[in-house]
Amino acid sequence: MSKKVSEEKYKKTLTYRLKQWLDGEDLFTGTVEMKPQEPYKVDQAVSEQRHEEKKRLLEQIYDIEHNPEMRIFNKIYRLFAFLFCIFLVLMLLTAVSNLPTVGSADRPVNNEVAKRYIENGLQETGAVNIVTGMILDYRAFDTLGESHVLFVATCTVLILLREDKKKKAEQNQNNDRLYEPKNDVILQTVAKILVPPIVIFGIYVILCGHLGPGGGFSGGAIIGAGLILYQNAFGFHKTERFFTAKTYKVLSFSALACYALSKCYSFYTGANHLESGIPLGTPGAILSSGLIFVLNICVGIVVAGTMYTFYVMFRKGGY
Amino acid sequence: MNLANLFNNYEEAVAMILFGIGFSNLLLQKNLIKKIIGLNIMDTAVYLFLALKGYIEGRKAPIVVNGVQSVEAYINPIPSGLVLTGIVVSVSVTALMLSLTIRLYRRYHTLDLDEISTRLKKEGL
Repeated sequence: MSKKVSEEKYKKTLTYRLKQWLDGEDLFTGTVEMKPQEPYKVDQAVSEQRHEEKKRLLEQIYDIEHNPEMRIFNKIYRLFAFLFCIFLVLMLLTAVSNLPTVGSADRPVNNEVAKRYIENGLQETGAVNIVTGMILDYRAFDTLGESHVLFVATCTVLILLREDKKKKAEQNQNNDRLYEPKNDVILQTVAKILVPPIVIFGIYVILCGHLGPGGGFSGGAIIGAGLILYQNAFGFHKTERFFTAKTYKVLSFSALACYALSKCYSFYTGANHLESGIPLGTPGAILSSGLIFVLNICVGIVVAGTMYTFYVMFRKGGY
Repeated sequence: MNLANLFNNYEEAVAMILFGIGFSNLLLQKNLIKKIIGLNIMDTAVYLFLALKGYIEGRKAPIVVNGVQSVEAYINPIPSGLVLTGIVVSVSVTALMLSLTIRLYRRYHTLDLDEISTRLKKEGL
């Protein structure tokens, strides 16, 4: 049974509209009012006024001297920071009061790892100084990472503080090179006497790292201090003769590469205890303990260069 | 809090107080250089604590003398090696922070962190 529907009624039904839409006819032609959008016009006065308002508001808010809310906030911040520090210290002291006594031998720290290092360290690494044997043989990767941390830090400082050569003229007035003491007799005499012993002592500390207290890090720092003293007394034009940025790059790259090459084969042997193939030698002799001797020298070079480079970069931003 | 044990461990207590001093410096100082000094004081407290961890009363530094290799003769060498790592990292971090501070000073001509951040906000950054 079908019912006849008039055309006007049919035109209002959904079926008709769907069919029209499917046929691609526009249903809205002539029924919707179309109006093109007007292009946005910048009103100079209004925008400037708004900008000024924003600026004034910001200055009002962040004017610490005259904004009472900011002052109150600062006071509350300081109070709470102080209270938090006291709370932290009390908490840590509570923890300390429950720790085993300092200096007793049966603390959980003194476990079988330390026992193994002490009892077998000399035979396995050949280093009389057990700490050196530990950090440059058992934990050599750790020390390699440390040297790289130093190297990366130096690179970052070089990037951050490097002098821009284009702006050299305007920066020249800030250049420390102009304010260096010239021919300071006391400093130069003291430096002449002190620098050679300091550098020789640093070399001694590096070379005897496996025999006594010392090693690459401390010896490198001593050599760096000697270089800094020399630089202070005689100025950049003397140190630039033998130590420039290029020298530093070549030295520390070759030292790090030497270290990495001499230790990287343990990646392929499954990071087991490493056999270097170099005989360990007599414990106590200067040419003993295999690779440790070489690695100490590498670390010493990196550290000495890093210390001196830090100083030079902070002093005037470039060699 | 076990007070008697706290006084026994007074070295570690000192390390913790030092840590608190460094941390309060970090929070309360406005000068960037002083903040960095505070961080270094915190580092020092951690080294002291670590070195104390390895210390055993009446024993010597772990350098083999006269072929004595019993555990009873030497202190624990592991914390000493870890302190070495810590020192190196702290030197690098300090150098990095100081160089960033220098850059900030060149840009704003002040070391006051509040003033720097105020100016940053005023510029709308």
